[in-house]
Amino acid sequence: MSPKNTGVYLCSGCGIGDAVSMGSLEKIATKEFKKSCKTNACLCGEEGLETIRADLAGGVNQVVIAACSPRAMTDRFRFNGTQVIRTNLREQVVWSHPANDEDTQMMAEDNIRIAITEAAKSTPPEPKVEGEYSQVVLVVGGGHSGLTAAREASKAGYEVLLVERASQLGGMAAKWSKRMPVRPPYQDPQPNTVATLVKAVEADSRITVKTGCTVAKTSGMPGRFTVEFSDGSSQTVGAFVVATGWRPYDARKLGHLGYGVSPDVVTNVEMEEMLAKGPVVRRSDGKAPGVVVFVQCAGSRDPNHLPYCSSVCCGVSIKQALQLREADPQVMVYIVYEELRTPGVAEEFYRTAQRSGVIFIKGTVKTVDAALTVTVDDAMLQQEIPLSGVDMVVLATGMVPNSTNVEAEAPEVEEEKLRPLKSDINPYAPFAVAGTGAPPLTPPEEKLPEGAPLLNLQYRQGPHLPMLAHGFPDSHYICFPYETRRSGIYVAGPVRRPMDMGEAAEDATGATMKAIQAIHNAAYGLALHPRAGDLSLPIIGLNQCTKCRRCTVECPFGAIDETDQGFPQVNSTRCRRCGTCMGACPVRTISFTNYTVDMLGSMIKAVNIPDETEEKPRILVLACENDAYPALDMMGIARHQFSAHIRIIPVRCLGSVSMLLISDALSVGYDGVMLMGCKPGDDYQCHFIKGSGIAKERMSKVGDTLKSMALEAERVTVAEVSIADSGRLPKVIQDFVEMLDTFGPNPFKGF
Amino acid sequence: MAQLNRYFPKLCHPTCGLEINFQRIRRNPKVKVFTLASVAAVTGERGDYTVTVRQAPRYVKANCTACGDCARATEMKVQNQFDYNLGKVSAAYLPHEMAFPMRYVIAPQVLGTPEAERIKAACKYDAVDLDEKESTFDLHVGAIVWATGWQPYDAARISPYRYAYLKDVITNVEMERLAAPNGPTQGKIVRPSDGVAPKKVALIQCAGSRDYNHLEYCSRICCLASMKHAAYMREQSAEATVDIYYIDIRAHDKLEAFYRKVVNDPHVRLIKSKPAEIKIGPDGGPVVCGENTITREIYAEPYDLVVLATGMQPAGVEGVSGAPVDAYGFIVPEDETQGIFSAGVASGPLDVSMSVQSATAAALKAIQAIR
Repeated sequence: MSPKNTGVYLCSGCGIGDAVSMGSLEKIATKEFKKSCKTNACLCGEEGLETIRADLAGGVNQVVIAACSPRAMTDRFRFNGTQVIRTNLREQVVWSHPANDEDTQMMAEDNIRIAITEAAKSTPPEPKVEGEYSQVVLVVGGGHSGLTAAREASKAGYEVLLVERASQLGGMAAKWSKRMPVRPPYQDPQPNTVATLVKAVEADSRITVKTGCTVAKTSGMPGRFTVEFSDGSSQTVGAFVVATGWRPYDARKLGHLGYGVSPDVVTNVEMEEMLAKGPVVRRSDGKAPGVVVFVQCAGSRDPNHLPYCSSVCCGVSIKQALQLREADPQVMVYIVYEELRTPGVAEEFYRTAQRSGVIFIKGTVKTVDAALTVTVDDAMLQQEIPLSGVDMVVLATGMVPNSTNVEAEAPEVEEEKLRPLKSDINPYAPFAVAGTGAPPLTPPEEKLPEGAPLLNLQYRQGPHLPMLAHGFPDSHYICFPYETRRSGIYVAGPVRRPMDMGEAAEDATGATMKAIQAIHNAAYGLALHPRAGDLSLPIIGLNQCTKCRRCTVECPFGAIDETDQGFPQVNSTRCRRCGTCMGACPVRTISFTNYTVDMLGSMIKAVNIPDETEEKPRILVLACENDAYPALDMMGIARHQFSAHIRIIPVRCLGSVSMLLISDALSVGYDGVMLMGCKPGDDYQCHFIKGSGIAKERMSKVGDTLKSMALEAERVTVAEVSIADSGRLPKVIQDFVEMLDTFGPNPFKGF
Repeated sequence: MAQLNRYFPKLCHPTCGLEINFQRIRRNPKVKVFTLASVAAVTGERGDYTVTVRQAPRYVKANCTACGDCARATEMKVQNQFDYNLGKVSAAYLPHEMAFPMRYVIAPQVLGTPEAERIKAACKYDAVDLDEKESTFDLHVGAIVWATGWQPYDAARISPYRYAYLKDVITNVEMERLAAPNGPTQGKIVRPSDGVAPKKVALIQCAGSRDYNHLEYCSRICCLASMKHAAYMREQSAEATVDIYYIDIRAHDKLEAFYRKVVNDPHVRLIKSKPAEIKIGPDGGPVVCGENTITREIYAEPYDLVVLATGMQPAGVEGVSGAPVDAYGFIVPEDETQGIFSAGVASGPLDVSMSVQSATAAALKAIQAIR
């Protein structure tokens, strides 16, 4: 690579030139750093851009732009692969500080120093692509979701390997007599199309099917996972769609509802099989039932059984009731429910049942006895009503996710490897109440589900897919439902959360899209979400590595394994480039070409620290670039003013902040350090899941370092900042500045 | 999504995920974005569609730097549509702090007034074009994903609830703006009539949804959104009480846990009833009237603030030739042989997570159609 030739470009537009002296800023670049520097009154305008393009043609190969926030004008300041370093003079300097003020000027000057230092220390990353990459999508599970995923991947031109534990394809849904409507007019039960889907998969030349087969072992990473199967075969695949589905909640645990007590108490799954065979008769005497009672939430929404709602059971009971009434209009059908849940357009389906004469009773079934007396705690009558003369009872049992293979034995797994598996909001923590703050977050104790791990991942962080509450495999389930802590592995269908067939088909199609993206990105060395397209990767200097294992333990994505000698080994395409490993490393031997501890340290030290007599404190803010940094920008956009004594450096994630940076900052005379990051903990809002939590944990130990420097522990703080906090931030900053004032200046100034 | 204050059940800010999506689009030269645009017509077939797009004038050119000089140049204010008209904004405005593209818009009302010239003169970059006209152009594409979203059902049409007459009867989307730190009250939930923080609040479910006279379907999200509003109230006031009037509480799948929180909160009461009407009380405030379906009691409860959980109505496809809509206006393509797909609430009443699933699936379908 040719030597760096850095051009510095300043914009004086949008009020910048009116508020600070451009001449002084230029001198920072030209005199202090000996860089060529040009100022334009509208750098993002055609003339400004032309200046930069002309210099690029003339040999400049790295561009530093000091103008608006790097979040603005991203498309304009893009020059065909040339590295562009940006610093913020607009939102975070002139829009949020008084014009023509000494402190504002100093802030702008320091931002120039920070940016030019970053440019000097940063090299654009080269894509890491090595060896062969597989384009095969491995679909685990041959039910409705898995079949859909296989077909959709094939239709997009990808080879598929589909493995199914049972001896035939179709899964649970193959047993269904009919299915709920998903198309207009959304009113009547529809034919079950799973058999057609099975045929389409079997006839598809791009899809290879293995039945009676499970995954025995998985190693590797997106683009080249090596998978061993229970039949002894093995194959390299690019990405996974895990669609292992669900199983019905064990009705034998519902003795109080008559299951096992009377043969005429059946589950909804058993009723489905009866309807498919037809005609429906009582098991006890083979007679057609005259009165049938459906018991909703049999096991679901019950803290003693399944605490969640299984979503589909209301619709399923309506469907079965309609089928029974259609087969014999004389049949009396009761549906006893607590809350009737037919969300969205399924309301039409509910109406069909009401029109057809199905009787809905709002209440809770307390018991069903051997004589099929159904005792209902009727919500409307507010008393217990025994329903007698019942011929058959159907229990709407719920869905349990197959997040493990319960048919296989659980292997011995070291406790340490199970630790990072669970992380979820505490679903039951009470609301925050004014004056009392957020309630403590102690997640409910939950055991890992029984059974063998689905993919048996040969990862340092253990063989299971990480799980949320109640054993559902994890996902960032609001904004980015497919994002998980295991790159390239996408879970879809009812194993992820209870859902009906229509939703599962869509979910499986979405997961397939993500699997294809993972395959594509792996082959080009591109990161997956949230730093999609990033080429940088952690490089570990093994000669300095002390094998402390912090990086392998703390990686939020389980991307780093350990070699037999105990050295860390990065699996490049599993890596999401957050830099948590870099922040973890006590000997600074993990770095990216464009993001290193040394680079951040140099940027911190590039700031001019006035000596203590000047009464100009300097406070370092390390801000999460996804949330805190935009919030700081929005402070400027709203023209909120904040202290000009702070110096802001964005970081990929607070997880990437090394403790060593904090001591660096304090030893050069910063009076305080504030880390701004996302809410950590079990109800995290960090897009790298654990990064901000790890940072908080690290910083809780910073007190010792400060003590050894004879400094107050409060000089370093972690502030929870969300992207919506621009209105609150000026006070957060001001409070910190005022507190630091009471300590007086950092005695290290000037050393 | 940008207008929402927080998501259930994590109570996190939607703009957090929005920032990531905006960053990805900004960095991706393969994505072309047209704003203020709507589809007028679609012709053609899978692999070869012509989409006629109508683009309304912004009166601000692409070289706008978002410096804000135009906004400061005029005294004229217009209704702030981003805040559902709960507040006012300068006639030259940035729709919100995270607007994408980050460019100002000039309200058409200002045209032809001296204010318009003042706005134009204030722009250092000559980015104001007061003569901009609506334009129509054709795009040639192989597949189409409709992701036209939703609009809140017009609460004024539910006449017994007197939304148009009672200032302190608001909708759930207005509640989002009141609670938002970047909203008209900087996040403080207050009664529109007098700006006082409410102490007794009613949330009315199925205001328009599950109703033959209005929206026949269930809008899916309103139960959980109201529970979120109960959480907002508790967070802002320890004394506040919240009554939720409902037909069925629809907290599907794992979201059941969010419902449990509400049930366990001593200040939140769930009342099974669809209120018959909202009367005007002696003090001019709202009085919610109806029959409690369980106790059979007739009630007439005065409240400081009533929030109508109005449903979601598909938006943006009315009158578009070539859009395959169902009886409700949701876009439901006949079959896959066409290259037309729908995603999110354009396809049916979905929550955020389901919308993302649906959109990801639609992207794959579209890719299949053009390969």
